[in-house]
Amino acid sequence: MKRTLLTGNGAAAWGARLAAVDYVPAFPITPQTEIIETLADWIDAGEMAGRLVTMESEHSMITAAGGAAATGVRVFSATSSQGLLYAMEMLYTVSGWRAPFVLTNVSRGLSSPITLEPDHNDILAARDSGFLQIHCASCQEVLDSTLMAYRLAEDERVRLPVIVNLDGFYLSFTREPVEIPDADAARQFVGSFDAENIRFRASAPESQAVAVLGGGPYSYFRYETHLAAMNGLAVYDEIAEEFSECFGRKHEAVEAYKTDDADYLFVMMGSFATKAREAVDRLREEGWAIGLLRPRLLRPLPAARLQQLLAGRKGVAVIDQNISMGMGGVLHSELASVLYGRNDAPPVLASFIGGLGGRDISTEEFFEMAQALRQAVKLGQAPPPRLLYTETELREVRKLQAIAQVERSTLST
Amino acid sequence: MTDKNHTIHSIKDLPSTHLLGTGTPMCSGCGALEAVHQIYDILGKKTVFVNAAGCMTLLSVYPFTPFRGSWLYTAMASAPAGAQGVRDALDILLQQNRIEQDEDLEVVVLTGDGAAYGMGLSATSGTMERKLDYIYICYDNEGYGNTGQQYSGATPHAARTSTSQGVSGFAGYKKNLFDIWVAHKPAYVATVIGADPLDLAKKIEKARSIEGPRMILALSPCPTGWDYDPRETVNIGRLAVKTGVWPLKEYVDGQLVHTRIPRQRVPVEEYLKLQGRFSHLFEPERNEALLAEIQAKVDAYWEKVPAQEK
Repeated sequence: MKRTLLTGNGAAAWGARLAAVDYVPAFPITPQTEIIETLADWIDAGEMAGRLVTMESEHSMITAAGGAAATGVRVFSATSSQGLLYAMEMLYTVSGWRAPFVLTNVSRGLSSPITLEPDHNDILAARDSGFLQIHCASCQEVLDSTLMAYRLAEDERVRLPVIVNLDGFYLSFTREPVEIPDADAARQFVGSFDAENIRFRASAPESQAVAVLGGGPYSYFRYETHLAAMNGLAVYDEIAEEFSECFGRKHEAVEAYKTDDADYLFVMMGSFATKAREAVDRLREEGWAIGLLRPRLLRPLPAARLQQLLAGRKGVAVIDQNISMGMGGVLHSELASVLYGRNDAPPVLASFIGGLGGRDISTEEFFEMAQALRQAVKLGQAPPPRLLYTETELREVRKLQAIAQVERSTLST
Repeated sequence: MTDKNHTIHSIKDLPSTHLLGTGTPMCSGCGALEAVHQIYDILGKKTVFVNAAGCMTLLSVYPFTPFRGSWLYTAMASAPAGAQGVRDALDILLQQNRIEQDEDLEVVVLTGDGAAYGMGLSATSGTMERKLDYIYICYDNEGYGNTGQQYSGATPHAARTSTSQGVSGFAGYKKNLFDIWVAHKPAYVATVIGADPLDLAKKIEKARSIEGPRMILALSPCPTGWDYDPRETVNIGRLAVKTGVWPLKEYVDGQLVHTRIPRQRVPVEEYLKLQGRFSHLFEPERNEALLAEIQAKVDAYWEKVPAQEK
């Protein structure tokens, strides 16, 4: 085991290398590209076995990934944002093939307008695809989660592809000290891929992914996939336990930070949750009984664990780094549905949206959200959803618009 | 030729029994199924057919399949990418001795013209530039047949489709997919038709003996889409060749060769008048201008074929 400085992208590549993947269909996209460049370098230099093929699109990339996994080799791939959406048809398709592999997604805001910096609308668009999802907040987690993801995907009770998600820039390009597990230990933990009956061999003809007629067989296969995803909850916990025994790091399905005595909670996913963690420390210095929940596993959703962790709190602020147009925060909706009708549910579940396209969420804003939460609890009424934005930011945009106006009138005269 | 890769010389050498099972839901007289039957007899069961959305997707409907070998349905645009994944995985397994050589499979894409001429072209191009070792079969019924024959990039000029119902039919011209493929310099490109089983069998046998991307374009007369009596499928197929509308040819080792030269070309209207999709060229009155234009296009094609081939 060695400790070294790695970017999130580097950590993802190390995860794939340590999992001894056989095949990497690839396509470049910012901010993911460093992952496939790193793997290509290792393969070219003979440091890593395996084959990397650059496809002509992400749609083809996921098809090739599914095709190879369905033939019985261990597959890794990576994408981001528009790439994930371009591949969306195939995400839904290959998960139904029940051919397991791991896909890293480096989150980046979606067009329009086109941008490079992170939020979670890309990965949440894949929420219902049948891929399981692990969300990371540190570079170490990216590496560890990749190894765990292979165990989860390939488990005979699951057999579904898994996405490991990390935030563009904040993790992808940020160097953090990472413990790289010993190659033998990692290989022993991940094990070898047993394709079982999902494979193509001359001696054992197989029809995979065939059409069905009618809702009966269709529903059967869709339910099977759902039930397999649900099996992932218990399987994940087993794997997390085993990982902790092997490597000394425990990655729970839901991270609970300073929650034991907390009356108030923030709930956030991904690397921005580390900002919330910092804010919790500061608020506690000011006497607040506040903590943070960070779901790592989003699919399957650890509903029972979330219910247990949220029970009895006075107020909860869900901070979504995504926006469902015409509805609001996706995680807020998920938690509301998990909590509905429970006697021990927190009376106030407030919704905040922030961090879109990499917009920072400052400590002051966390303080403001905490105050608003406490106020709502006092009034016994949840506040309307809030979109985090400052007057300064609005002024800056107005300034850009004024410049555009001036430029246009100058050009037209 | 007497080598073991080339055993088909005359019609007597063709297999007398079909390998592909019966009872599929294809329309009666389906020219695509006719071609797929013959192709499958040559390729055999050590194959995995990677399918794109189209009529042939309904060959394998859970839990039945007419194939003795394997099958993978993908999506409309990316069957060639699926073939890439399967081929690469088989190569990796062979390389690492994880499977025996005799467990290997020929990877075969099966796609309609809707995918091949349009949304699947990018993925197809990708496999050719990467020199993927596979066989690609496009059954070309000249329109989006599975959805009721809307015009596609494969639809010929003047054909009536469900989205070109006007008096002049389809205003566009059939895309030259053969030349687009040839421009990639793949290992092999050929046109075939079910109505000429010997020519088809020789080409599939040749394709099987070559490594790299092997591209097959099969004109597939379609009784429902082209609006004719199903019994006419073979006749219409033969006329497509005899009129010169469908040149049978192959591209191999950088050379283009016509495998059938219709020296006394039958007038194209003999081919057109059997098909309801062209009936507006004859009724209520003959559209001489359009008929002449279609004939001139065919003539111009054959004029460009080098004299030594004719």
